[in-house]
Amino acid sequence: MTAQGLQQPALATGRASLGRRLRGRYDRNLWFGIFVGPFVLGLIVFVYVPIIWSVVLSFFDAHNTVTPTKFVGLGNYLDMIRDGAFRSSLLTFILFALFIVPTTFVVSLGLALLVNRARFARTFFRSVYFLPTACSYVVASLVWKLSIFSGVRFGLMNTVLSWFGVEPIAWLSVTQPPWYWLVIVTARMWLQAGFYMILFLAGLQRISPTLYEAAAIDGASGPRVLRFITLPQLRATSTAVLLLLLINAFQAFDEFYNLLSSSGSYPPYARPPLVYLYYAALGQGQDFGHGSAGAVILTLLIAVIALSQNRILGLGRRED
Amino acid sequence: MANIQRSGAYKTGSVLRYVVLGVGAVFFLLPFYLVLRNGLSTEADITSPTWKLFPSSLQWHNITDLFKDPAVPMARSLLNSLVIAVVQTVGVLVISGLAGYGLARIPFRYANAVFYFIVATLLIPAAVTFVPSFVLVSSLGWVSTLRGLIIPGLFQAFATFLFRQYFLNFPRELEEAAQLDGTAYWGTFWRIVVPNSTGFIAAIGTITFIGSWNAFLWPLVIAPDQNSWTVQIALSTFLTAQTIDLPQLFIAAGIAILPLVIMFVFLQRWIVEGVERSGISE
Repeated sequence: MTAQGLQQPALATGRASLGRRLRGRYDRNLWFGIFVGPFVLGLIVFVYVPIIWSVVLSFFDAHNTVTPTKFVGLGNYLDMIRDGAFRSSLLTFILFALFIVPTTFVVSLGLALLVNRARFARTFFRSVYFLPTACSYVVASLVWKLSIFSGVRFGLMNTVLSWFGVEPIAWLSVTQPPWYWLVIVTARMWLQAGFYMILFLAGLQRISPTLYEAAAIDGASGPRVLRFITLPQLRATSTAVLLLLLINAFQAFDEFYNLLSSSGSYPPYARPPLVYLYYAALGQGQDFGHGSAGAVILTLLIAVIALSQNRILGLGRRED
Repeated sequence: MANIQRSGAYKTGSVLRYVVLGVGAVFFLLPFYLVLRNGLSTEADITSPTWKLFPSSLQWHNITDLFKDPAVPMARSLLNSLVIAVVQTVGVLVISGLAGYGLARIPFRYANAVFYFIVATLLIPAAVTFVPSFVLVSSLGWVSTLRGLIIPGLFQAFATFLFRQYFLNFPRELEEAAQLDGTAYWGTFWRIVVPNSTGFIAAIGTITFIGSWNAFLWPLVIAPDQNSWTVQIALSTFLTAQTIDLPQLFIAAGIAILPLVIMFVFLQRWIVEGVERSGISE
């Protein structure tokens, strides 16, 4: 902010006509309002108001109504925390995150390293791995559920397994062992890996070639270069990727919903938090009170994870 | 001797790298192929006891059948998706572009406070707010309307954040030249900054369009009525239904991804550049 900006005589401009003020080059407050105002207004109406409303609703008994009268204090929160199904949905998320975060991280980093060093057809490979980003979870679920991992004998995966004499597996309906995890994790990986690969590629391009030259002079080879130069230089990118992966895993909904629900029913064993909240708030009971309390708990949980990871790994070192 | 060995090892490494890249590429392209194969097959081909790599004959009529089927509101859903994605993309570019520029360039006493007010919402995961947003939008009477599907999605804090970061690095000299002519912020923005930022605008536009076209949770919540279905909701409904016509479902999926794949082929360079410049990985 410049000193000039601060010294604007607000009263003097206040008296001038709007047309003159708009034409004047120096009425910065007004111009700031014109540029930033519409966005901030929309943000207040469509983000801040709903959130505040939700927090208010979470303290009320609100079935089928958004203007409740019966105050229940922390009752909804206690109900949700005591609710075994909600707790197990949080556990489902933790399991999901434990699967998806490290695997996607390793796969996208691996792809980036391979693509980065490919001299021939590099753009082609980058495009191929990036292309699934254009696909929706619905379409991916459709292919995974009905073509690759369809539980029937002639599904692609079961056909491949039959070459090795393995009996067909009902991928999405067995819980012992929980094969549906493989279906969910591979679908998400296929959709996401390319995007994170691009982030890693951008990070790799920022590493100064002189570091590699120095390493070559010292006689360092492949794994050591990766360990002592590439990975430390990618630290900031890795932190951002981890954070994005975690937040996205927390918000998993589309593939769970589309892979596991069928004509109105949904198995209770694979409900991540958002699926649970969806059924609680918008299902038969329209229980906005409990749904809102659950949303607040989930939001706080994500904020805590994001902030503590930020603290631990130091993402916030970006300028301003 | 040592040199020869080294280059031999290098070549083996390089061949191995291309083998891995190639095999990976086949796996990444396979789902696209399956959509195409299943969409142009007969139901009997898909459910044949032995898996077939190619359909026994190409059923192009599946496409016209899909649009003729009165039970599947495909044309309507596609139109809804197109309207929503186009309006949201243009809206986000204008609203977030202006806001990002204002935050980056117009000195205002509380600009930093406003910026933090915006960034704070990034901490709140968008999907978690669907319950309160549903409550708000339904109390406005916007359930199953295009308004309800479009307007809440116009205010994207992340897009504004990216635009601000980008405009902070925009060369000042260009703007100063314009301002000496007596052009105010408005004119500078539209006549100098926007024409010189087409690449970044294309990147944010493509990302917004993809997000909007592929959105699922919000349309599912806010558009229960068939007339307001988006293409993703239509697909999901048939996917989870009891009886499904497999070729028709896959041809519908193919039609749903086609616009994005075409966009991707032409705009990929910009998306990659946009992601690289976004500062996410700095």
